[in-house]
Amino acid sequence: MRYLSVMANSCRNKLCSRFDIARRFIRGQARSCGTQTRRLGHNLVLALLLMFAAVSTHAAVDAFEFETDEQQQRFRTLSNDFRCPMCQNTNLTGSGGGVAEDLRREIYFMIIDGKTNYEIEQFMLERYGDFIFYRPRLMAETVLLWFGPLIFLLLGAWVIAGIIRRARPQVQESAALSDAEQERLRKLLEKIDKQD
Amino acid sequence: MSRLKLFLPVFIFLVLALMLWRGLYLDPRTLPSVLIDKPLPDFTLPTIERGDHLVSKMDLPDEPFLLNVWGSYCLPCLQENPILMAAKEQGVVPIIGVNYKDKINLAEMWLEDNGSPFDFSIVDEDGRLGINLGVYGAPETFVVDANGVIRYKHIGVIDYQSWQEDIMPAIAAVKAEAAN
Repeated sequence: MRYLSVMANSCRNKLCSRFDIARRFIRGQARSCGTQTRRLGHNLVLALLLMFAAVSTHAAVDAFEFETDEQQQRFRTLSNDFRCPMCQNTNLTGSGGGVAEDLRREIYFMIIDGKTNYEIEQFMLERYGDFIFYRPRLMAETVLLWFGPLIFLLLGAWVIAGIIRRARPQVQESAALSDAEQERLRKLLEKIDKQD
Repeated sequence: MSRLKLFLPVFIFLVLALMLWRGLYLDPRTLPSVLIDKPLPDFTLPTIERGDHLVSKMDLPDEPFLLNVWGSYCLPCLQENPILMAAKEQGVVPIIGVNYKDKINLAEMWLEDNGSPFDFSIVDEDGRLGINLGVYGAPETFVVDANGVIRYKHIGVIDYQSWQEDIMPAIAAVKAEAAN
């Protein structure tokens, strides 16, 4: 038991949990902490590798060739800002749906054809409606959506201001002494001094 | 005034509750189509039935008809096929198919196996007509009037209920208009 606690303490800095050690201890296959940390390191490396693997497959999806970097940048921004109509909670970049693929292709050809972002947005809007925009346009229906948070922030500030305003006078009343009280306090202190 | 202020949280709660209650009955899968009351988009595409012959808007019926987006890969299309077949047998309206993002040989096999309710099926292999129709997945069904204007859109499978309650009334309205 003592061995267990000693190990757990020495391990704590090295990111392995007491639970892990206890489990290994019970199984009778206690290893040194160093091995455990090294294994953690291996896992980290593996995780990082997998992360990069994911990025590289993602890049392979965009098999479009652009004439300029600016065009490619626009393609990225546009496909990020349009919602996939089929998979709903992903944008066109992140969606593997058939429609998303087609719409990315349409965006690509429109960019190559020299269409402006506004024209591309209109193209999408005419076919799929406002739903297609991840960033809703500013309209009568979306005013609350755009400025609602600001309204709530101001409302919160107003409430907090009210609380502070109400709290402040009480603090002043209790802390500050009136002239009469001040005089009484002075007399009391003098009395104490005389007694000494 | 200060007494009214006490009811503010209750008021906020009621407004929120009302909105969320309404939200419970909204189907996020049904997107309002922006193409209602807009003419069908232009296209020049082959059909499954007519070989090399290309069709365009001119080849569509000059009476009200249904435009049904389907694919051999699409299970709900198989599900709604009997209803469309019955509609064809009863001669309700002509039905034109849009074979959406499919392989033509698979589509032909599907029609052979299940029967074709369509006068003909437009082949939209790259899904471009679909995009112009605002389609995001088969099946989708459009009620088109005699002037080639989209009047109603049904998203997803047509079951008996939606046929009776949504599509038939839409067809009837468009037909009544055409008769006048």
